[in-house]
Amino acid sequence: MLELINVNYEIDGKKILSNINLKIDINKIIIITGPNGSGKSTLSKIIMGILKPTTGQILWNGKDITNMSIDKRSNLGLSYAFQQPVRFKGITVKDIIDLSSHKKNDINTIINVLNEVGLNYSEYINREINDKLSGGELKRIEIATVLAKESKIIILDEPEAGIDLWSFNDLINLFIKKKKESGLLIISHQQKLFKIADEIILLEDGKIKSSESYITMKELLCCNRCMKKEIANE
Amino acid sequence: MNNTEKELLSKVIPDINYEYAYNIRSNSKSVERKITNNVKIISKEDNKGIDIIVKDNTNFEYIYIPVLITESGLSDIVYNDFYIGKNSNVYIIAGCAIKNEGISRSEHNGIHRFFVEEGSNVHYMETHYAEGHKHSDKILNPITEVYLKNNSNMDMKSIQIKGVDKTKRVTKIVLENNAKLEVTEKIMTDNDAKADTIFDVKLNGVNSSCNVVSRSFATGNSKQKFKSKVYGNNKCYAHVECDAILKDGGKVVAIPEIIANNVDANLIHEASIGKIAGEQLIKLMTLGLTEKEAEKEIIKGFLK
Repeated sequence: MLELINVNYEIDGKKILSNINLKIDINKIIIITGPNGSGKSTLSKIIMGILKPTTGQILWNGKDITNMSIDKRSNLGLSYAFQQPVRFKGITVKDIIDLSSHKKNDINTIINVLNEVGLNYSEYINREINDKLSGGELKRIEIATVLAKESKIIILDEPEAGIDLWSFNDLINLFIKKKKESGLLIISHQQKLFKIADEIILLEDGKIKSSESYITMKELLCCNRCMKKEIANE
Repeated sequence: MNNTEKELLSKVIPDINYEYAYNIRSNSKSVERKITNNVKIISKEDNKGIDIIVKDNTNFEYIYIPVLITESGLSDIVYNDFYIGKNSNVYIIAGCAIKNEGISRSEHNGIHRFFVEEGSNVHYMETHYAEGHKHSDKILNPITEVYLKNNSNMDMKSIQIKGVDKTKRVTKIVLENNAKLEVTEKIMTDNDAKADTIFDVKLNGVNSSCNVVSRSFATGNSKQKFKSKVYGNNKCYAHVECDAILKDGGKVVAIPEIIANNVDANLIHEASIGKIAGEQLIKLMTLGLTEKEAEKEIIKGFLK
């Protein structure tokens, strides 16, 4: 469905991504992992159209969307949850869920969406998405905006950040549920997520070092510095 | 009221409940009025305004005080004094709308004074709107004075929607012991409009507090100036926040002044001015909105 062909990205002469080739399909969960600064977030932003690749192509069902705007990609069915959710002044949780689903939602729909991310609707529905919310609350609302939207591919940049591990199990179940209707590309360091992945891609210095299933990756990478600790903890 | 007046009224107060007290002033004259058992409205001499008297212990009543101007070239001045009795809880909805189809200037100067007795809650909302010939000046200069006695509260929402060419808005508030004030001001200016806002708050009482939030959007070649002066004269708390979004050639000046005259005064002022944050636009675009739609939603939310 979504394909990256020889995608390169450089800024100020510095190469951030090199020859990235990648396929993302519906009903699949792909995890991208790797050390800090390896280019994971840059790659996710290139897929969403927030950054433009220096060279290379992005295809959607075979059609070139490399130069397509963010909103048009979104309307094709690409969705994106930011690593650091954006704050607004005046825009409420209900407002953003309505904007996300392109309609005025009834109360039951809002209750369901907020329940799925572990938020009580009565406490949050009219809250402004501003500095008064904690990092964890903002993260849940960010994921809710993606859930409210019709998506074919969902990109989540470190969804675990700010969410306690106990609640994270619920989030994992949610991702498994979403896999039935969408493809998921998740940037993560969280070993619990590796287990539900159909494919784990290790990115280092802007290059795909390996792309394997969880079992193979576990065997191959037990000495890798970024995953050693995760694997050892199992 | 004729149809033009009715239409104009709906711009500033779309949902008057005529069961409650009201006074509608059009082109310098009171044209409709209703009083209730708890709310008396008495004309001042020379039709220069009204006294609104709310009985002690009045619980949950609305009072509507709209002003309409449809005559081009009219300069109106009105003095409205609100006397709110003890332990009352009232909603006062004021608004001024100008429709100036001529090329002469139309002007309204509304001086509202509130005397709020002990233990009362006042919810005050005023909306300003103007429309008409693009070469005519439509001017609105509200002056609001509030005196909050012990244990009284006031929340005040002031909105200037659009079309007003010049405005000077002066708000002076004095708070006694345990009195609380919440002010939200939202102003939008376009074209060559100018808006000056002055807040002067004196926290005289022990444990008095105020929270003043001003949000403004300046576009075209419009100019806005926000000046706040908060005096902490006792053990008190004040928070003043001025946020402005700029577009095109819009200009905003924010001048904060907080004066602590008591060691237990805790006064905070925050101000931020700038264009719409790029990350906000990008977030809404990831939801499928075009850049223009995203901008519109961000401003709508900001001024909501």
